[in-house]
Amino acid sequence: MKAMKILRYAVMLVFVLASIRLITGASDLTSTGTASAALLLSVPIVLAALGGLFSERSGVVNIGLEGMMIMGAWAGGLIGSQHGPWAGLLAAIIFGSIGALVHAIATVTFGVDHVVSGVAINIIAAGLVRYLSTLLYQGGSWPGPSQSPGIESIPVNGLPVLSGGQYFGWKSPDLLGSLASQNWFFISDLASILRGLTGDVSYVTMVAIAFVPLAYFILWRTAFGLRLRSAGEAPVAAESLGVNVYAMKYAGVLISGGFAGLGGGFLAIVAASNYQENQVAGRGYIGLAALLFGNYRPGGLLAGASLFGFADALQLRDSAAIHALLLFIFVILLFVAFRKFKSGKMISGGLSLGFAAFTLWFYFAVDELPGQLVTMTPYIATILVMALASQRLRMPAADGIPYRRGGLR
Amino acid sequence: MSNSFTRKFSPSKVGLAIAAPLAAAIFSILISSLAVIASKKSPLEAFKTMWEYGTEAGSLMEIVNTATPYYIAAIAIAVTFRAGLFNIGVEGQLRLGALFSCYIGAMFVLPPVLHVAVVFIIAMTFGGLWAAIAAYLKVKRGVNEVISTIMLNALAGGLSAYLLSKHFAVFEEGSNNLETKELPASAQVPDLMPLLRKLGVEDQPGGGVYGMFFVAVALGLIFWFVVNRTRFGFELRASGLNPIAARVSGVNSKKMTFLALVISGAIAGLSGLPTVLGETHTYNLGFRAGIGFSAIAVALLGRNSAGGMAVSALLFGFLEVSSRALELIDIAPETYVIMQGSILLSAVIAYEVVRRFKLTLQSKELAKVVQA
Repeated sequence: MKAMKILRYAVMLVFVLASIRLITGASDLTSTGTASAALLLSVPIVLAALGGLFSERSGVVNIGLEGMMIMGAWAGGLIGSQHGPWAGLLAAIIFGSIGALVHAIATVTFGVDHVVSGVAINIIAAGLVRYLSTLLYQGGSWPGPSQSPGIESIPVNGLPVLSGGQYFGWKSPDLLGSLASQNWFFISDLASILRGLTGDVSYVTMVAIAFVPLAYFILWRTAFGLRLRSAGEAPVAAESLGVNVYAMKYAGVLISGGFAGLGGGFLAIVAASNYQENQVAGRGYIGLAALLFGNYRPGGLLAGASLFGFADALQLRDSAAIHALLLFIFVILLFVAFRKFKSGKMISGGLSLGFAAFTLWFYFAVDELPGQLVTMTPYIATILVMALASQRLRMPAADGIPYRRGGLR
Repeated sequence: MSNSFTRKFSPSKVGLAIAAPLAAAIFSILISSLAVIASKKSPLEAFKTMWEYGTEAGSLMEIVNTATPYYIAAIAIAVTFRAGLFNIGVEGQLRLGALFSCYIGAMFVLPPVLHVAVVFIIAMTFGGLWAAIAAYLKVKRGVNEVISTIMLNALAGGLSAYLLSKHFAVFEEGSNNLETKELPASAQVPDLMPLLRKLGVEDQPGGGVYGMFFVAVALGLIFWFVVNRTRFGFELRASGLNPIAARVSGVNSKKMTFLALVISGAIAGLSGLPTVLGETHTYNLGFRAGIGFSAIAVALLGRNSAGGMAVSALLFGFLEVSSRALELIDIAPETYVIMQGSILLSAVIAYEVVRRFKLTLQSKELAKVVQA
């Protein structure tokens, strides 16, 4: 039943996007390229958010995701350029976990405030990799103090029959691709989005997306997951039932670092072809925002991360599409206003209507958004979403509270 | 009187107070030594070089100039820390404060002191307004201020780049540096060199101390007084220490949250000014990034106290300036980030350990008293 509802919303969403494409002519809104770029840009955020999920579910706030991603990206660049991309990804996971280990020691063993420790890790990680990069550059093995040598790319593949790809030497047909090029309203739009999401996808992306249901299974369907979540909800009660809360928190934070490190490694190895300084650029924070947006659930964080990925992809590919996106926001806000009015919430309904009117005015007032403003899209989206959704969020009950066995704080 | 004095300065108390910084210092010297050894150099030589360069008169002035914005920004962060909040958005707030104060401040000429005061107010207004977004979202919509201020940092970066390039910049012939119109002399804060000369300090190449140094000192004193000696400060700390207890005893914790964030933003707005008013006299593309983040470390290291943050701001300034000399002996100057990072992490942990230890000690003492 729930799946049907999500499907219905998804189809509606594509329909609206397709209509706006038709009206504005911003073909990048539903193009295959945008969809595949959105997927590529979503994956690091999904991984960061998954990291946050494990950590926060065990009761440890992890602002340090950013720093762990930085360490992962750097390690991915270092090892990936020497021993190939897969070794690079493994190194990224390990380095992310090392960052997480520091966070776990500080927060779990020593009871330091979680946000303080996380911010400290971000500052330290950024400094550490800058220092190490400089050493490597001076040693002559790196081309610059802020970038690693190139890394081999990881092969891509698509769904058989539907989106092309190679299977044991057999070249699959590309049904969605040919449908997408037909230029039929809605059907071609849907096909090209699906083609973008399922064709020419890196194996790492597939694994990363598979982690989302896996995380759900581990956290909600296994004994380990129950114990880990109990450490984040009611650690004292959990301890009294024989759960080793410290161990659960360590596990949560270390898994978190592994995911974040992988996300950083993905940025260096899959999304780009070498490590560059500032490659992470706040994605750890956005991952955390996606997690909050998704109400600390795997499905929700996936939705949040896709939203950010989509906004990011549009701004990278085509600023005209962002301009057209204003219309999309208008429609969404109109829909929200309608829902609010229907449920009798006049004030917030009116507010949404006001924002909708403003967006429409803005759409007609400017012809093209300047580049510097377009780069702000994902952040504005984050703030808007947080402002609209945060009151319905429920974080793990003991999240962020330092826990001491025996109760002495 | 003497009883309370001996209690306050008993050997064990003093020992505990020194223990944390001492442990942190030893640990960080150890880590930094490892970093130096990693580049196959002698740590002792490195520290000696840094100390010699860092204590030259010219370097000392530069250290003070580096520490001044750090200190002001750290005070901004400490205001929120004391209220149980965390303003990571100082970086964005100070950037917008500096940009708007340069743009608006260059539009008119006023009598010298008045003009500087107006520029201060502009910077504080825009820093405070930017923080007010996060404050509103926190109080009205329950949005975590850590997340929202991080997002607002990114927005401030984009917004300031846009405003500078499309609206605020004046173009000079033969230069491709984007910068706002130069501030008139009345809005510039004079150097402290004349004063220092009277004290017998000789001119240094590239030296001089920003006049905003005094503003930083004054802000430190005001911060100390307001937080520790006024009702407002008490309510601020109360809502930070125990929001529920504060609310029960009549503190409007929502109001305190809002005010703490906005005041923090206003102070943050000022922290972009020392360089702008003292040196560049314009906002340009080279505006120094990262002050707001280093200031977080300064505030954490200084335990959010006026004196502690002053020491840690100067320490960070010292490490940054003196590490430049490392290049002379073929060590990457970036070593200073390792030093800053290890000091920060070890201090944060050491403070917490000592706090725990104190608690245990207290409960033991209490048990003794109760038994007797």
